[in-house]
Amino acid sequence: MSFTPDIRVFCCHYTSQQAIAEGLAGLKNDGFPPNATIERLLCSGKLQVSTILKAFEDGADGVCVVGCPVNECHNLMGSQRAAHRVLAVRKALNELGVEGERIEMFHLPRGFHPEFVEAVKQLDERTRGMGPSPFNGGTAK
Amino acid sequence: MIIAERKPVDEIVEMVSGVKRVLVLGCRGCVSICSAGGEREVEILASLLRLGASKQGRTLETIEATLVRQCDREYIEGIDQWAGQYDAIVSMACGVGVNFIANLRPLDVVYPGVNTSFFGGSADQGIWTEQCAGCGNCVLHLTGGLCPVARCAKSLMNGPCGGSVGGRCEIHKEVPCIWQAIHDRLDRTGRKEDMSRIAPIRDWSAAGHGGPRKQVRDDLTV
Ligand code: SF4
Ligand code: SF4
Repeated sequence: MSFTPDIRVFCCHYTSQQAIAEGLAGLKNDGFPPNATIERLLCSGKLQVSTILKAFEDGADGVCVVGCPVNECHNLMGSQRAAHRVLAVRKALNELGVEGERIEMFHLPRGFHPEFVEAVKQLDERTRGMGPSPFNGGTAK
Repeated sequence: MIIAERKPVDEIVEMVSGVKRVLVLGCRGCVSICSAGGEREVEILASLLRLGASKQGRTLETIEATLVRQCDREYIEGIDQWAGQYDAIVSMACGVGVNFIANLRPLDVVYPGVNTSFFGGSADQGIWTEQCAGCGNCVLHLTGGLCPVARCAKSLMNGPCGGSVGGRCEIHKEVPCIWQAIHDRLDRTGRKEDMSRIAPIRDWSAAGHGGPRKQVRDDLTV
């Protein structure tokens, strides 16, 4: 049975600059999964645990968080904070018997493009392998 | 403050598995400060409980609310505002809050959302350490302000024990031997003679060994 996951991407202003500049058509040409939606934040450190959980409640099968390289965040600690929150969500998903790998933090260079597309593709493929989210009627592997 | 941490989510999901509507109730006191049961954590737990229920193929309604405190009668009475809208309460306050709800609301079903751990302080961001065990008979005036009851693994009154090595406790190498620290501190502050004072035999009944403790202040009672 073919399954197209609902992928949510939360990324900071800086890591998504080129992606946003290209627009949807440009992204599609580069192989960006059409089933992924981007939510851009001023800083990945603004992302709250509750916002990520709402994405899963809202039907996400996988969540991709993108922020600056660990020690080169435009806002100093923002991407490290985001990474900690991603870990908190993973732990909670595991406690619920759901694969923590449905969420991943990527630290990428600012404004650069191929890596950004690659990160989302990677999460998309991984999520396809896991199947629909157990919160949407799927079964955890 | 009282330090607590959220229980594993699956445990709480299990508690509310027979319930359709839950009041997730936080507390603005200690558990807010140690990020275990304040407004933000209530929002997160409510979301996790709804997700847990969807995984079981059912829906769970949640009300998210936070009281000023859950250890005072007048705030607990505030729960009346949600009367008839919930089947169970998950309290994210410390165990005192859960007990107060159970004491004062005979018909409410209440579950604990956190594990209440100890009395402590914030040693660093995101790190809390135990400092006092509420023994009811404080000896800090003799020990340079460092607590041997809570901070010595054996609660010794005349440490250090033979296992103290290089200022570290033999039970947990990452923890300082508090008795070494007590001696060093008394020495540094010119109060070494405090260590030779013979302290009276402790009355441990004040530490809870004689049943639940109660404090009555005649100047405050009405
Ligand atoms: S001696 Fe007792 S009251 Fe004093 S700090 Fe230690 S546990 Fe608390
Ligand atoms: S090493 Fe020090 S802190 Fe540890 S048990 Fe012995 S006296 Fe107590």
